[in-house]
Amino acid sequence: MNVNYLYSLLAVVVLGLVAYVGAGAAGLQGVFGIFLPYLAVVIFVAGFVYRVMDWAKSPVPFRIPTTSGQQQSLDWIKQNKLDNPSTLLGVLGRMFLEIVTFRSLFKNSRVELVGDRISYKWVVWLWLFAILFHYSFLAVVVRHLRFFLEPVPFFVQAIEQIDGILQVGLPGVFISGVTLLAGAVLLLLRRILLPKLNYISKAADYFPLLLIIGIALTGIMMRYFTKVDVVKVKELTMGLTTFHLGIPEGGLSALFYVHLFFVCILIVYIPFSKLMHMAGVFLSPTRNLANNSRMKRHINPWNPKVKFHTYDEYEDDFREKMIEAGLPVEKE
Amino acid sequence: MSDKPKIIIGLVVFFALFTFPFWYNHGKATSAPEPLLSAKAKEAKQCVRDVEYMRTEHMQLLDGWRDRTVRDAQRVYEINGKEYVASLSNTCMECHDNKADFCDRCHEYTSVNPYCWDCHTYPEEKK
Repeated sequence: MNVNYLYSLLAVVVLGLVAYVGAGAAGLQGVFGIFLPYLAVVIFVAGFVYRVMDWAKSPVPFRIPTTSGQQQSLDWIKQNKLDNPSTLLGVLGRMFLEIVTFRSLFKNSRVELVGDRISYKWVVWLWLFAILFHYSFLAVVVRHLRFFLEPVPFFVQAIEQIDGILQVGLPGVFISGVTLLAGAVLLLLRRILLPKLNYISKAADYFPLLLIIGIALTGIMMRYFTKVDVVKVKELTMGLTTFHLGIPEGGLSALFYVHLFFVCILIVYIPFSKLMHMAGVFLSPTRNLANNSRMKRHINPWNPKVKFHTYDEYEDDFREKMIEAGLPVEKE
Repeated sequence: MSDKPKIIIGLVVFFALFTFPFWYNHGKATSAPEPLLSAKAKEAKQCVRDVEYMRTEHMQLLDGWRDRTVRDAQRVYEINGKEYVASLSNTCMECHDNKADFCDRCHEYTSVNPYCWDCHTYPEEKK
């Protein structure tokens, strides 16, 4: 039994209630609508820079890429240029595919005993849920730019067109909203239902998933069910981006502030959690280094300076004594 | 060997993207649009439902009208003891006769692109 997801669920519910009561009943709309978003952005930026610069300090003297294919060798041996790159171009290709298509998740396999034999099975689910989740999240984030940009640029409208292509109901269903929720729920169920995964999962693994589920649920609620006045929402968000601060006349529903508060929590949480993989994936030395150890000598930069005394110098120092003792010398 | 310069370039690019709304909107006035009511609409004071409802739920109201009209041939919408003909072009646009001044203002502001006008016509807009 892993109770960690209960702690995370409790945390998300409490946070939601804090915003619901704080902005709703207590009327602290300025705090939840203006102060906390700015604070969250500041903490996010500072924390993000701190984490990345901390990583940047780590020295990487040698090449440590995972070599998942034939390395560069003799001309007649075909190199696997993507899985074992030896050039910058190969590394760029590998990184691009890793970041855009999650290739290392795609290679996920499971070890099983089939009868008395060991078998390695290709398991696609993690990759499938992850790619569903991440691309939905990207689409949702880009769509939300409509609240932060005026006039709304073409690429946001283009994504809305594609996302709403089903034209189901009014306001029309956005596919990415549904798939984001589905992806997050599937990733969560994976952690809860698979015993081995459950065993290694901590509260910090469940919390971001539950938080994102909370964000998706409140967003879907506002768009399709309980409704908010989007013109007022945009009035508030545009005020934030142009520093013309103010809560729109009449205020906004408490559910909107729950949504906004969840988002603030999420971006504050990013620099201090596993969600930093958004920067970490770029800095993975097992992916972003070329396997060129056999072509280029990499010298450890902090090797101590050793004073060498070569044989030539030794002979210069002791030549007479060596000749006296009858020892052979290189130079007379 | 240090990759700091490259990493800093990456950070700068990321934050340039992250702060995109700040510099995209920089120096632009931001006032939320108000739909312009025609003389007839002002005179009527009350739409088929109250303002708050119409602001947030008009699309669902219209969706319901469309479905009932097309599927069940129910062309009458009854509310608060009053009867309205469930028609966008005839009932709504009778008062709100200028699409650009009434519908489009908020729709454009919030990047909503309803497909009403794929089928319906709207009164000619007089400037």
